[in-house]
Amino acid sequence: MVQVATPKPVFAPWDDPTLAPLIQFKNVTKRFGDFVAIDDMTIDIYEREFFALLGPSGCGKTTMMRMLAGFERPTEGKIFLGGQDIDAIPPNRRSVNMMFQSYALFPHLSVWDNIAFGLRRQKLPKDAISDRVNEMLRLTRLSKFAHRKPHQISGGQRQRVALARSLARAPKLLLLDEPLGALDKKLRQETQFELMDIQEKTGTTFVIVTHDQEEAMTVASRVAVMDEGVMVQVDTPARIYEAPNSVYVADFIGDVNIIEGRATQTDENVHIVWAEGQPNIVGTATDASFGVGDAVHFAIRPEKVSISAEKPADTPNAFEGKILDIAYLGNISTYYVKMPSGQTIKAQTANTRRLSRRDFTWDDSVWVSFTTTAGVCLKG
Amino acid sequence: MRRLSWFNTTALTLGFAFLYLPMIILVIYSFNASKLVTVWAGFSTKWYGELLQNEAFLDAAWVTIRVAVVSSTFATILGTMAAYVLVRSGRFWGRTMFSGMIYAPLVMPEVITGLSLLLLFIGIGLDRGVLTIVLAHTTFSMCYVSVVVSSRLVSFDQSLEEAAQDLGCTPLESFFLVTLPIIAPAVLSGWLLAFTLSLDDLVIASFASGPSSTTLPIKIFSAVRLGVSPEINALSTIMIAIVTIGVVTASIVTKRNAVRQQRDEQMAERAGE
Amino acid sequence: MRRFALISVPYIWLLALFLVPFLIVIKISLSDTVISIPPYAPTLTFSEGWGGIVAFFKGLDFETFEFLMSDDLYWKAYLSSLKIASIATFMTLLVGYPIAYGMTRAAPEWRPTLLMLVILPFWTSFLIRVYAWMGILGQEGLVNQALLWLGLIDQPLVILNTPTAVYIGIVYTYLPFMILPIYSALEKLDDSLLEAAEDLGCSKLSAFWLVTWPLSRNGIIAGCFLVFIPTLGEFVIPSLLGGSQTLMIGKVLWEEFFSNRDWPVASAVAVILLLILIIPIVLFQRNEQKQREAEG
Repeated sequence: MVQVATPKPVFAPWDDPTLAPLIQFKNVTKRFGDFVAIDDMTIDIYEREFFALLGPSGCGKTTMMRMLAGFERPTEGKIFLGGQDIDAIPPNRRSVNMMFQSYALFPHLSVWDNIAFGLRRQKLPKDAISDRVNEMLRLTRLSKFAHRKPHQISGGQRQRVALARSLARAPKLLLLDEPLGALDKKLRQETQFELMDIQEKTGTTFVIVTHDQEEAMTVASRVAVMDEGVMVQVDTPARIYEAPNSVYVADFIGDVNIIEGRATQTDENVHIVWAEGQPNIVGTATDASFGVGDAVHFAIRPEKVSISAEKPADTPNAFEGKILDIAYLGNISTYYVKMPSGQTIKAQTANTRRLSRRDFTWDDSVWVSFTTTAGVCLKG
Repeated sequence: MRRLSWFNTTALTLGFAFLYLPMIILVIYSFNASKLVTVWAGFSTKWYGELLQNEAFLDAAWVTIRVAVVSSTFATILGTMAAYVLVRSGRFWGRTMFSGMIYAPLVMPEVITGLSLLLLFIGIGLDRGVLTIVLAHTTFSMCYVSVVVSSRLVSFDQSLEEAAQDLGCTPLESFFLVTLPIIAPAVLSGWLLAFTLSLDDLVIASFASGPSSTTLPIKIFSAVRLGVSPEINALSTIMIAIVTIGVVTASIVTKRNAVRQQRDEQMAERAGE
Repeated sequence: MRRFALISVPYIWLLALFLVPFLIVIKISLSDTVISIPPYAPTLTFSEGWGGIVAFFKGLDFETFEFLMSDDLYWKAYLSSLKIASIATFMTLLVGYPIAYGMTRAAPEWRPTLLMLVILPFWTSFLIRVYAWMGILGQEGLVNQALLWLGLIDQPLVILNTPTAVYIGIVYTYLPFMILPIYSALEKLDDSLLEAAEDLGCSKLSAFWLVTWPLSRNGIIAGCFLVFIPTLGEFVIPSLLGGSQTLMIGKVLWEEFFSNRDWPVASAVAVILLLILIIPIVLFQRNEQKQREAEG
């Protein structure tokens, strides 16, 4: 059966000026003694978003989450939830729930009682609690384990109990602190989709903290890359990857070649002098404007660099070098090509055929090339 | 399985013989028919009978048990609070002095603790009796309780309390609904320790007690100063029996729980996913 | 507010029943003995206003301490306590180390039972454990009976009411305190370390001296302090097993207070005992601290 696909409206509330954000950080600063964990942060997060905070440990992402949950208070600035300043509201009265990194399941209570814990605090009638707990158990496929204690179930099941418990009170906002960190890789990938599914079904706004970039890219509607208490870039996963706004972001997400040089000619393209005796790199100018003589960091992903025995004719960006190393990763191979001027450029090819003879080997002279739109020019 | 060398076997045999023979001898001689404790004159339980007739001992035992129950309960409450303050309250004015006051009684010679408390009671004109013994015992055993409980609290995952608050508990509710049930075994062993210390204490009780309130250890001490007596042997045997049953039961229960927990966890991992 | 209440309850309790009594001891140690009720002077009275307080502080002096220095009974008691505590600690180590070592070499399924057997005496009454030795060490006690029967002696030995009995009593009652820290240090020792030492050319004995012993040092130090510190002020053991021959400061303090009713002297004895104890206590704390840091 053939269906005519009607284009789904794109979910992008951040582009809609008529929508009011669910969460607003307004010039929030958090200090612990002399240490600045969050530095003058302003950000809006919208309803039904799956918002990922990504960064190395100590970048302030956990602090941000703990301020939303109410376990930390901002030193300066204000946080609004649904338009209301939440500074004075203690954690137990916020319609925000959190899923802890350690899951923090109560070891003395059964799965059922763990999920019912928050509902009992709301003084709901018994039937309502029971219905809601059963609904949560069904949602997370845990009905069979309702009467087990946390130590009697596996790690993946524990993760789902933690999720069910934090969703039971139907919070406006769910915070997830490294929710998949304790699971092994395979289980983690399955669970990512489960998490997205549940987020969609319940329509809850999710804010997730992670240091795993793949996880952030998979689940999030928007990703915020953080460093030292500052949000370096907030954007959709695709834009974060393809249009990073800084060397930090480009380097943090995925593999990248960074080539440093200087702009010599700027029209619709930027021409970059980067090594003696090599032709200029020609790249498309992106958001940043460059003047002649400006320092340029040209960032290009290895999979966008081709490798060939002959000089390709269709692009100005073709450079000859020698293969220094080959990393065979099964699905792909990465070639480390050394330029005469000393830089190494990584080029990736997909291994689409099984048992094919490799075209290139160590010390072969090869050409690396890329189109003018393949990379981005960055200021730093 | 590893075999013990002859050296280790000898060390363990002699060591445990040294630890247990004196008590075993004491128990055996409590069933001696002779008044002379060193000459065996056949099996008899008459000393137990006489012990039960001895009103002075029974009164002292009753005082001791009351004091132990009350003081260990207070000590557990205060000690748990103190442990919570030490582990959780971060910095506050006088924290160093506070932790000093918790640890000092553990190493303070009992004669000094006893003397200082007695001088205080006299100074404020408090008549010595059951109340003063309870106060004294509560003070020194709360320090032991707080050491036991704080060592448990250190390894307590604080995110459990945060989770409770996140799910709508006030800080007080989160303590009673989450923290206390989880640290209960440590609190219980703190109580047992305090109870035992109180039952056992001679020196501090001697300073803090008045003529109307004699505890069992004081009674035993004044009796054995005059020499070995078969009645005291009988009394000791009863006390040893109670402790042995208690400790052995506790360790069997602990071990069984540990085994069950381990088995559950293994099964859960195998069955999972 | 809630935090304040939580802190203040145990804080005030300890201030009132630990610190204040101790300050009273110091104060009385600086007072003079008089025959009255209370049996010391001066007493602090606020009814005479500021003058009374000034007079009170002027009345305090170190006379009692000077008396302690001049009377060699106290000197001897302190020295004898130190000597007994040191020797007894060493003896406890000699007895305790092989037991702790043997326990860690036992099969893992036996270890919890052995550990329970070491802890069990700790829960039984201290007084009873000391008393048990009175029947064994006496003139007609089991030790003498056995030696006579074996023909090794023809006169019963005097053991009870001598320092020997005190040593036996201390080793016996404090043995668990020595075994437990050494055991926990030895238990952490990785077997492969010994195998590595033997692989590198050590004999079993030199592997013990070069690897096991140094790595159990922290446990040994902790165990020694745990025995030494309480032994120094011990009262029950010397009074039941030591007789009149054994001089220990805990017993002297008891007698000064209960028999002589000399409160200032008893207090001064207590103050000096504490001053002596501060050194091992500080060293012990530092050892514990170091161990905690080493373990992260």
